[in-house]
Amino acid sequence: MNAPGDRMPRIQLVDALRALHTARHDDDIVITTMGSAREWMRLGDPHPFDVVLVPSAMGHGTSIGLGLALARPDKRVIVCMGDGSLLMNLGSLASIVAAGVQNIVVILFDNGVYEVTGLQPTAGAWGGGRSVDFSAIASATGFDSVHRCGSTEAWTREVSRMIDSPGPTFIALDIEPVPDGTAPHSPGPAPERARRLMVALGVQPR
Amino acid sequence: MFSGDQVASLLSELGVTHVVTVPDSTLGRWEPAIERSDRIRLVRVCREGEAWQVAAGLYLGGATPLVMIQCTGLFESGDALRNALHDWKLPIFSIIGYRSYRDQAKLPGDTCLVFTEPVLDAWRIDYRLVTEPSQIGVIREHFVACRDAGRPGAALIAE
Repeated sequence: MNAPGDRMPRIQLVDALRALHTARHDDDIVITTMGSAREWMRLGDPHPFDVVLVPSAMGHGTSIGLGLALARPDKRVIVCMGDGSLLMNLGSLASIVAAGVQNIVVILFDNGVYEVTGLQPTAGAWGGGRSVDFSAIASATGFDSVHRCGSTEAWTREVSRMIDSPGPTFIALDIEPVPDGTAPHSPGPAPERARRLMVALGVQPR
Repeated sequence: MFSGDQVASLLSELGVTHVVTVPDSTLGRWEPAIERSDRIRLVRVCREGEAWQVAAGLYLGGATPLVMIQCTGLFESGDALRNALHDWKLPIFSIIGYRSYRDQAKLPGDTCLVFTEPVLDAWRIDYRLVTEPSQIGVIREHFVACRDAGRPGAALIAE
């Protein structure tokens, strides 16, 4: 375990997402929440299979992702969420493994803070020399592939290999908090976006 | 109240594809029959809030999920069901166990009796109270009505 003063340079959130934006397959469903949603929307026109989870329920990106992965075994579901969100729903990792889905990749953007509320430390953040090791939790929970990455160069180089590894997959990225990172604005009425996603997936909205 | 076979048969007839659940001592007894169904998949989650959001993902993907939890889990579910049912307007149906409605000896003064129905009203969930074994048809009728109207609903099962 690293001591607080030993923190290595971390990945910028936008760089992490840009690499994923390039590496995602065209038929991947990509779920973004909070800070990742804010930055993802700035990277270009929305993909029909993008799920910008705004508004969201606290910490439930992984849960919606599990539902989509169960309903659509023909698609891979990539869930992007922060450590504050995951701490609210750690049990969802067990639920994912219990469900036996292989077509899900959880990417944790671990910046140690509640960014959109003003950078307050999370309960799992650095303090007193200890922090939560999310990749260890994912391993212990039973994820088939677990990766951790702390540099932009390594992530950009390895992102395809990591997301393509046998699922369920968990990737923890050490991310630099974004100063003044605000909560994302809704890109439009959620029910309309739900309908558009369903149509894109070939589902007849009821 | 109902046997697992009755419930599994009903849910299968209604086209439910996934039952997302945290059990209680009544609903949990239905699990083996639901698991035996070749048309329904049982999805176990860790807390009830998860159940609504897993169901949301299932619905978006084209499945027909049903949430099956106890009223205590309903209390835990607030933000998750608010988001799924009201922000995203997903018409998810639920079966909710109503603790202490029939048996008030085990937990005298159980506040589930005070809060369950007001909480359902507060979350604007149209529910039907099922208190007798003869009322399984109430679940069927309400499920179909909610499905046809494209709105969420619940069957509140007295325990």
